[in-house]
Amino acid sequence: MSILIYTESENGKFKKSALELASYGRAIADQLGIELIAVSFNNEDATSLGNYGVDKVIQVNDPSLESFVAQKYASNLAEIAKSKEVNLIVLSSSANAKYMAPLLAVSLSAGYASNVVGLPKSLEPLSVKRSCFTNKAFNTCMLDNKINIIGLSNNSYGSFENPKEVNISQASAVITETTIKVEQVEKSSGEVSIADADIVVSGGRGLKGPEHWHLIEDLASTLGAATACSKPVSDMGWRPHSEHVGQTGKPVASNLYIAIGVSGAIQHLAGINSSKVKVVINNDPEAPFFKAADYGVIGDAFEVVPELIEKLKAFKSS
Amino acid sequence: MKILVCVSHVPDTTSKINFIDDATAFDKNGVQFIINPNDEFGLTRAVWFQQKQQAEVTVITVGDASCEPTLRKCLAIGANKAIRIDLNPTDGFQVAEQLSAHCKEENYDLIIAGRESIDYNGCMVPGMLSAMMEYNFVTNCMALEIEDNTAKASREIDGGIESISCQLPLVIGAQKGLVEEKDLIIPNMRGIMQARQKSLTVLPPVDSKIKSSISKFEKPAPKGAVKMVAPDQIDQLIDLLHNEANVI
Repeated sequence: MSILIYTESENGKFKKSALELASYGRAIADQLGIELIAVSFNNEDATSLGNYGVDKVIQVNDPSLESFVAQKYASNLAEIAKSKEVNLIVLSSSANAKYMAPLLAVSLSAGYASNVVGLPKSLEPLSVKRSCFTNKAFNTCMLDNKINIIGLSNNSYGSFENPKEVNISQASAVITETTIKVEQVEKSSGEVSIADADIVVSGGRGLKGPEHWHLIEDLASTLGAATACSKPVSDMGWRPHSEHVGQTGKPVASNLYIAIGVSGAIQHLAGINSSKVKVVINNDPEAPFFKAADYGVIGDAFEVVPELIEKLKAFKSS
Repeated sequence: MKILVCVSHVPDTTSKINFIDDATAFDKNGVQFIINPNDEFGLTRAVWFQQKQQAEVTVITVGDASCEPTLRKCLAIGANKAIRIDLNPTDGFQVAEQLSAHCKEENYDLIIAGRESIDYNGCMVPGMLSAMMEYNFVTNCMALEIEDNTAKASREIDGGIESISCQLPLVIGAQKGLVEEKDLIIPNMRGIMQARQKSLTVLPPVDSKIKSSISKFEKPAPKGAVKMVAPDQIDQLIDLLHNEANVI
């Protein structure tokens, strides 16, 4: 018996979610008294995983895995899971992990629960709490299968250092035939993505037009945050679809979410519910968002935001 | 080209979510049901292929008779025919097995499902169906062109977009961006009248496995009251975020 986590990396460095999975897997492995195995693809230096509680790292380094092709990654993970007699696999909620998880589930005939928050409620049989109705509710999901897969919601558990003597080994890649070819990857350069951000700054219709977005961008860069927007803003073409957060857009699970000029429609609130601390700046005291916020400022964004940026800069440099 | 669009019948995005029967079931009372928005983006693209590339579009759902108005709406939007597999499903794995049994008889070139439903948010059905069919799979699909047997798709990734090419048959997980919001089709009277004449077949379910089940629902814990900060006291906001919330 063992637990397997798929630790994703970007530009050779483990993502924040990889360390969160390590901590999460460690906690379950300790409860069951079993081994925690991490699998990494095309990552040369796996020692940092040992600091977060991983017992064993299996590195699969192969040019055929250079771009992320879900079928290829799934068959490699399935192969390792079978050979190590794994009965629990934990994945992150990145776009790639969610792409791959159902493929892995079918190939291992495993149960799969996505959007899991927190440690399992019970391990034998496995029962987990997961968010549903786009963060408007939770359900308890029972998974009574030989192998199960948990998709852990990003930033729902946290990462904790827990140094272990880590054993690192290499495995060769399984070759999967597929006509899927990744032609091009366009990354918005230098910015933090909404999925990985600790802080997200979001703008709504209250900003009156795309020409005022420098307020959002300046505040975001002061905080090292990602930028986001409400649905009407992306529908009107002020901002790209990729920034739309809410029920039909992206979910946000950051530590801090700052909404500026966003009224807080129920669909928007659904998407950002998992954020831990919410700050709302709006000139309308009746904006429904104030009911869902932790901190609120009733005021004109065009006055409050520049002042906030200036004071934050002073705070950061002090 | 034969296209299958898998749709889910879900509560409207503005619905208040409540539970009944000791929090084991969703309270449908007073709730309006709609086509799952991600599925609707997919259906709209399928109807585009029907109009521009002579595709035949079938819509399918796995559900009881209460889902039929949603299928009729899909027909009014432009699908050629509809199928309902008569089963109230327990989980996404079971839905994918039901759909794959049907797909194995029909040889669809393209299968479209929403990347996730807005009720259970499982993100399971399109991927599992592709694996069961051994078809190619692209989820979070924001653009799709098909020429002869080749598909060009783009997939939204964290912080970017990826362009993919592959051969049919293909399963895609549709989402916002696949068609523009303004291109969504609001059925007109003619469409609604025609939809009444189109075929809606009810198929019996096949034997299928269940891999997960829901034992209980709960609503998020009520939030504490919001702390208001005066607009001329921004220092206080920074202090609260730093010392109380520990987020900056």
